[in-house]
Amino acid sequence: MAHAATLEITNLNKQYKVKGETLSVLENVSLSIKPGEFISIVGSSGCGKSTLLRLMIGLENDYQGDILLDGHRIVGTSLERGIVFQEHRLFPWLTVEQNVSLGLLNAPGSDADKKASVQEHIELVGLKGFETAHPHQLSGGMSQRVAIARALVNRPEVLLLDEPFGALDALTRNHLQQELQRIWEQEGITMILVTHDVEEAVYLGDRVVVMLPRPGRIKRIVDVPLARARDRSSAAFAAIKADVLAEITDKPSDALEPVLSPSKQFSDFTFSW
Amino acid sequence: MSTQKKTSIDLRGWVFPLALIVLWWLATNQNWVNTRLIVPPGKVIQVALKTLSDPLFYQGVMYSIGRDLSGFVLGSLGGVLLGVLLGVSRKADLFIGPTFHTVRQISLFAWLPLLSSWLGYGELSKLIFISLSTLYPVALGTFEGVRSVSKAHGEVAKVYCFSRTQVLFRLILPAAAPQIATGLTLGLVYAWVATIGSEFLLANWGNGLGNIVIKGRATFNIELIIFGMLVIGGIGVFFNRIAARIEAHVLRWRDHRS
Repeated sequence: MAHAATLEITNLNKQYKVKGETLSVLENVSLSIKPGEFISIVGSSGCGKSTLLRLMIGLENDYQGDILLDGHRIVGTSLERGIVFQEHRLFPWLTVEQNVSLGLLNAPGSDADKKASVQEHIELVGLKGFETAHPHQLSGGMSQRVAIARALVNRPEVLLLDEPFGALDALTRNHLQQELQRIWEQEGITMILVTHDVEEAVYLGDRVVVMLPRPGRIKRIVDVPLARARDRSSAAFAAIKADVLAEITDKPSDALEPVLSPSKQFSDFTFSW
Repeated sequence: MSTQKKTSIDLRGWVFPLALIVLWWLATNQNWVNTRLIVPPGKVIQVALKTLSDPLFYQGVMYSIGRDLSGFVLGSLGGVLLGVLLGVSRKADLFIGPTFHTVRQISLFAWLPLLSSWLGYGELSKLIFISLSTLYPVALGTFEGVRSVSKAHGEVAKVYCFSRTQVLFRLILPAAAPQIATGLTLGLVYAWVATIGSEFLLANWGNGLGNIVIKGRATFNIELIIFGMLVIGGIGVFFNRIAARIEAHVLRWRDHRS
């Protein structure tokens, strides 16, 4: 079992300079993640959820605020934080086994231990027997599983997933969601999933963080107190899903709409008689 | 009309050259042409057999191939180094790039008068000429390959904390391999052309296949010239086949469906 990390994000702010103007991508984002938790982050396009993930992995570094892993400020990339991107980003000239081994390239340990770990993780994602295949021989779902194995092989403290199943068909997506949950339960590490699929977010997450765009900010964090494995067709599931959807679309559900538009008045109309 | 079934080897490509040879034989046989200039194929075969039994011929071929390979190896090493430097370092590209791309456009043969004035007609000038001919396509292919490495893969390297050496040898060079291979294949072709070219144009009556052909010209031995051309072409084809085999093996990870 890998060691799970606490992640503390406090007052995170990030701006981009676009044509001289400052665009606020993230505004006052604060989030506290407990060890071993599964956090889903949802939001429509442009809400900064991918940027948030890139800041956490260390691919972006210019920000205000604090991102603390186990109390230490993160600096750049590190083997303690793993990531799975939307594209598998495997090296096409390497076999499955060699691709997964990349995760251990700069990790300590003997070659024999590393080889065993690679094999263990290939089996973990259900790809036993495909060790010598090249990426072009694999389907999209299989390639993404290799990417997951690669991200997990060096036992990071937190695994970030940036819309990992977005490029896959619905059936594969469903299957891999179940696989991811199984892996999470087995490995016990902290996982943070970014997705635009509300059902996926509710299915997998202990808590669902809803973000709104322009500027990117957290609207609300919805708890998902359902037992695993979750039933997507249950009433409780549907209720939470509807709750999250309502938050994303930012519609106040009980508001009364005025019948007449207040912009037109009697004096605006011209009558012929 | 007979329908031809496509067998595993398509022989239809042989029809045209064979027809030409028959025409050639007929023309000389019937004295339609001046047989001093357009020699009969029978005579070419005679001279070919005579030359093939002369050990000096094989010595000459070995010399030419030796020059070719030395120049190719030298030019390829230089080309890969230059291509990587220009592709990886923005500063190098800004400072050296424009000069490289301009000089590249000078026809290779324009170098010959300079080379022969500075270094004479010996081995060194031939070697430099062949190396230069190889360097350009290899450097260009390498440069483009290095440049085309995707940012997505670069981020993977960052996430796994690759050192600069690891980035170069485990990401950039393998990713650029297809374009480098194309450059090397082209370089191989250019090297052989330059080898024969240097033997013709930097002629010093030394050893080599090109020199054999020149001797043929000097003694007005047209048969020898034609035979020499056939050997030159044959060796070129042989090199290309080997290069294609090596390329296919090294790049077997590529998706053949695309």
